[in-house]
Amino acid sequence: MTLAVFFGCAFIAFGPAFALFVFTVAKDPLRVIILIAGAFFWLLSLLLSSLVWFIAIKASNSQDLTLQRGLLIFGVFFSVLLQEVFRFAYYRLLRKATEGLAAISDDDGSAISVRQMAYVAGLGFGIMSGAFSMINILSDSLGPGTVGIFGDSQYYFIITALMTLALTLLHTFWGVLFFEGCEKSRWWVIAAVVSLHLLVAGLSLLNPLYEGSLPPVYGITLLMGVWAFFSSGGSLHSLNALCTRRKAEGESS
Amino acid sequence: MRLLQLWAFGFCHLLFMNTSDSEEDSYNERSALVQCESPTIPSYNQDHDMSLPQETDTKRRRPVSSGLDEPGPVERERASTPDGEEEELTLKYGAKHVIMLFIPVTLCMVVVVATIKSVSFYTEKTSQRLIYTPFEEDPNSVGQRLLNSLLNTMVMISVIVVMTIILVVLYKYRCYKFIHGWLILSSLMLLFWFSFMYLGEVFKTYNVAMDYPTLVMIIWNFGVVGMICIHWKGPLRLQQAYLIVISALMALIFIKYLPEWSAWVILGAISIYDLIAVLCPKGPLRMLVETAQERNEPIFPALIYSSAMVWMVGMADSSNPDSGELHFTSCHMLKCLLVGFLTGGVKLGLGDFIFYSVLVGKAATTGGDWNTTLACFVAILIGLCLTLLLLAIFKKALPALPISITFGLVFYFSTDNLVRPFMDSLAAHQYYI
Repeated sequence: MTLAVFFGCAFIAFGPAFALFVFTVAKDPLRVIILIAGAFFWLLSLLLSSLVWFIAIKASNSQDLTLQRGLLIFGVFFSVLLQEVFRFAYYRLLRKATEGLAAISDDDGSAISVRQMAYVAGLGFGIMSGAFSMINILSDSLGPGTVGIFGDSQYYFIITALMTLALTLLHTFWGVLFFEGCEKSRWWVIAAVVSLHLLVAGLSLLNPLYEGSLPPVYGITLLMGVWAFFSSGGSLHSLNALCTRRKAEGESS
Repeated sequence: MRLLQLWAFGFCHLLFMNTSDSEEDSYNERSALVQCESPTIPSYNQDHDMSLPQETDTKRRRPVSSGLDEPGPVERERASTPDGEEEELTLKYGAKHVIMLFIPVTLCMVVVVATIKSVSFYTEKTSQRLIYTPFEEDPNSVGQRLLNSLLNTMVMISVIVVMTIILVVLYKYRCYKFIHGWLILSSLMLLFWFSFMYLGEVFKTYNVAMDYPTLVMIIWNFGVVGMICIHWKGPLRLQQAYLIVISALMALIFIKYLPEWSAWVILGAISIYDLIAVLCPKGPLRMLVETAQERNEPIFPALIYSSAMVWMVGMADSSNPDSGELHFTSCHMLKCLLVGFLTGGVKLGLGDFIFYSVLVGKAATTGGDWNTTLACFVAILIGLCLTLLLLAIFKKALPALPISITFGLVFYFSTDNLVRPFMDSLAAHQYYI
């Protein structure tokens, strides 16, 4: 509950996403628009899933705590499914836009490739998801209080920040994989993305048993990162080339 | 016991430089002030037809669809080129111009939200009201409150309509001096008085001791530089910064002095009015534009944010001083949403800035929930993007407020009532979706 906690958690949760934004998205206006539209689509999915959850809550007995918790869990899974549906919808929208643009332009390429759009769309989803998870908690961390004074875990803020980071990166990777799967019509990829998202959400249900939720989620993040890298055309060779080019440049300078 | 006067604004379309056209050579800052929307037109955005920003290095010509644009200056930009190339460039330029609008709108909203969250003055409810919202909202009775807010809205909108018509009449009968004087007086008021108030409240919040001579120096410099930048010449970035600051100040005043429910209803009503005023053939704005076009002359400088050049004039509306009550003149803001040419840049009327910021600011006042504010922010940006897209597609005048404000309102109410409890429950259990 100090400034250190505030800044620390803010940088953990938003540092990589912010860096990705600044270095890869900010310079190109089209990418910024796609990012914000991606955030908007995520928001829409959240809205609809909140609506469903809200109706379920209002229709049920508010005194029955296990029922309420069950409904919340249902809300979590429903929200995950809806997010993926909206990701697909966004994919279709972007495809139409690319097709339209390619059809009317003289040269073959359009201003932005599907892979770039996939990455930016995923980043948009991730940033919005992270912002919604984290911002209220960050603003609370500026205020007075003691974490865990009633016996809850002391690590609330830092775990939230770490989970937010993981989810932001995961959304980015899932965006890339999902769009790639849709492009190549590999439905198993899409099914894998959806089920992994459900798995991650399910793992978060284990909180506050942080050992059960955080390491597996980070493992999945790493896995997704590697998969997305290879799926979007990266290879060990290109990594090698990157390193050797750096070395060569370093030597020559 | 303060007297505040808000001035209605007139808008002009600014044509920007950057044309290799000979017509442009004759343009200096004065002549570049083309049609102005009459300030009496209520603060609804009038998006004058956006000309597609197809300009590139090669001259392109396209028929001007915007009624508000000066046919001359606007047309000079158009050159015929193959369609595909045009469209591609349109998209690229369209995206660039969208971002050129996103940045100032975002900055204005950030200023407003930062102020609302830190300076409590703007969220304290007082018994003072504007004369334009005379009915008091009684928090006890829902029906009564709703009725009063509707009545307040009707009063406000009718004031705005009347002012618009007065302005059109003034313009028709060529009372230019009057209008100019009005505009200068209003910008004076805004730059000196409102910023003085704002600075006072900031100092109170942070408990900064400030002596009057220093304060007078600061305000004097700020105001004079603002007047110069706005009415004469100045660096582009400085002009833009002044516009953003002024929009933020106005939005803060609205947030403070409009009653709760009335503010929301007014936002909705203004969007509807904007839609009607721009799209109906008999709208006062349209008449003003057509008159200006017939005469082929600039109207008067207006409140427009431009990425290229900016002029701002506020239009003064005299209201009777009445001690203990704050008066506003209604903000008749004409908004021109005009996608610029070449490096002309994009123009967006200040009224748009102000109402977007009012919406986001009001979202920020409720309960300290940042998710609502963020949702409204994204919704407004997407609305702006869609509006620009529609303008590019339809190539005719479209209002800028309706889509953004509709999205903003929908997202505000749904996020506040549906998403907030959901996210709070999730955060409490640390579930992640």
